[in-house]
Amino acid sequence: MASIKDMTDTHNWSGQKLVTADHMLFEAPREKHFMTGSEVLKEAVKRCTVDASVSYPITPQSEAAHLIGELWAEGYVGTYFRGENEFGVMSEVAGCAMAGARTITTTSGPGTLRAMENFPQWSGTRIPCQLILMARGINSPLTIQPDNLEVTFMLETGCMIWYAENVQELFDMSIAAFIVAEKPDVHVPIVTVVDGFFVSHTRESVMLPADDIALLPYEPYKSPLPPIDSETPPGRFLRDPFVMKSNYISYATHASWQWEVRSAVERSRPYAKHFLNGLVHVTGAPDAEIAFVTCGTASHQAKEAERELMKLGVKTKVIKLRTIRPFPKEELLAELEGVKHIFVPEFNVVGWLEKEVKTALHNNHTAEVVGGPRVAGGMSMPAEAILKEVFEHINVEGK
Amino acid sequence: MAIDIYKINPEFRDIMPKEIIDLEENATWAQNRIKPRGIKEMPDTKEILEEHSLCAGCPESAALRYVLAALPCPEETIIVNSTGCTSLMFPHIALHTVHSLFGNQNAVATGIKRVLDWRFPDKQKDVMVLAGDGATVDIGLDYTLQSFFRQENITTICFDNEVYANTGGQESGATPKGQVFKMAPLGKKFEKVKMWELATTAGCHYTMNMTASAPKAVAKAVREAILVAREIGPTFLNIYTPCILEIGLSANEGLGEMKDQDKDRFASYKFVSPEAEEYLKKCKAEGKL
Repeated sequence: MASIKDMTDTHNWSGQKLVTADHMLFEAPREKHFMTGSEVLKEAVKRCTVDASVSYPITPQSEAAHLIGELWAEGYVGTYFRGENEFGVMSEVAGCAMAGARTITTTSGPGTLRAMENFPQWSGTRIPCQLILMARGINSPLTIQPDNLEVTFMLETGCMIWYAENVQELFDMSIAAFIVAEKPDVHVPIVTVVDGFFVSHTRESVMLPADDIALLPYEPYKSPLPPIDSETPPGRFLRDPFVMKSNYISYATHASWQWEVRSAVERSRPYAKHFLNGLVHVTGAPDAEIAFVTCGTASHQAKEAERELMKLGVKTKVIKLRTIRPFPKEELLAELEGVKHIFVPEFNVVGWLEKEVKTALHNNHTAEVVGGPRVAGGMSMPAEAILKEVFEHINVEGK
Repeated sequence: MAIDIYKINPEFRDIMPKEIIDLEENATWAQNRIKPRGIKEMPDTKEILEEHSLCAGCPESAALRYVLAALPCPEETIIVNSTGCTSLMFPHIALHTVHSLFGNQNAVATGIKRVLDWRFPDKQKDVMVLAGDGATVDIGLDYTLQSFFRQENITTICFDNEVYANTGGQESGATPKGQVFKMAPLGKKFEKVKMWELATTAGCHYTMNMTASAPKAVAKAVREAILVAREIGPTFLNIYTPCILEIGLSANEGLGEMKDQDKDRFASYKFVSPEAEEYLKKCKAEGKL
């Protein structure tokens, strides 16, 4: 087991050399590996000087949570245990983070919904913990297949939400996520989403830095609220909860607290821009009149469709959103200049991303927005399905 | 370092309210003492609880004063709370306290305790849960028992008033059978949940069921429970603190009600595991009790 007493100015408790996130993500030499999303998350956590993790076998299961347990047994993670269910785990994570720990957990699908009351509690408490959400279906009927409907429930929790497309992005994002969430002017929880199964269970090539380096530790005393450790004067928000006074001032204070949480999410933009190399990534023809707005693995399928359409002489582009909260409205509008038709392919039945896009475009853009194709419940999204959606709306010569 | 956070910056001393200065000068911080803290000092020292907003004569407010006066080391104690009348008093406690959600108190306390043990391996930080019977026996039962199963080093105190008092008097799992409350218009249909017995079965090393009628007994139980939680494992105190409002009593009748119940539903129950008993003997020999 690790001991925090083994930490030095230059090395963490497991003997890894401490480096900045810039060094880890942009400068350290990398080597090629071949692994699943769950395995790559273990590699990311290994390099993040993580104090605490609480796990649950998840419904449905990915390997990530128990792989973090192996890291604890190997001395890389400070404290780790299995909680009783997802509601309990997210509360235990809250306790860990309140007490000043860099904390991570993972869940998916039904587990996310079981834990739901905790997420606004996390953001309201201004803890910078990270949740890896490997999006899977929601019951009923019983399902364990990929589907990202659960993300729509997360949108207004006050947590940052980033969306990784593949194994490589999951590695890089989950490292950057700690650093951005822990910025004193941000300091809210972060949810890093991937499409379950497609990313969590699928092996891909991935470039990783050596595992003898790790992020500098979390500094709890830079938190905008004091950690719960009896080492600094108690935070006033805990000593004067607004519910204690039923008057206009207390209502206004509660409201402004919630606005401040949302403002903190907004303040993450410059940091996210830096570490994610922009809040949107664009591929395809810059002057295209047709655009796919996507997140996650739908981006990959849309890029496939973009190449097929290029063969037919139809110029399109794929605008992949890397953050959902904050929503990259300005970046999206800039990339949509000159675009006349927008397609939003999604892995759910409700079209939450289409709604987000339409909200951003309202009174700002005149393009037609088509919410489709939509696949769900474990269905895959072949490029043909995307092409079919395009051909149904746009007259393409020869089709 | 913990005690230092109560020291006032000299630049601000002249504008500090008297109760904050009192806290620094006249509270019974463990660090300044040779003998264990206790309720005897309450009249002459600054209490860790400032004024509170509970009803006049509320036994819960008295019980909280006894609990706080008995903490072995308040400056290193973190108290996790849940929603209810107790949460109305928490803003007035001069320690690190947490209100998170309704019912998740033992899960939050688990996370805090695990991380404090990780971050401060050479310090003794006490984590205590204090919640009502709704939070402990009903909505938070799973998290409470699971923390016992896991043998977390936490002391859990349930202020059992046998009713959801803060929400206006609804039946709880701790309500005695037959009692008419809101949501039980024909009287409660099943027996009071014996949380103290569940706690013992679930692995607590020191369990008590008692009322708050005798301040010294409460203080002794709190002190012993925290000492055992430090070294041996989870401990649980179920303390009757009647809601005089909901059972139709006057402000001066709470003590009588508790004394009556000392012989009835809250007749003393005490379980001490052999390991805990041995440890407490050692504590006594060392003057910690």
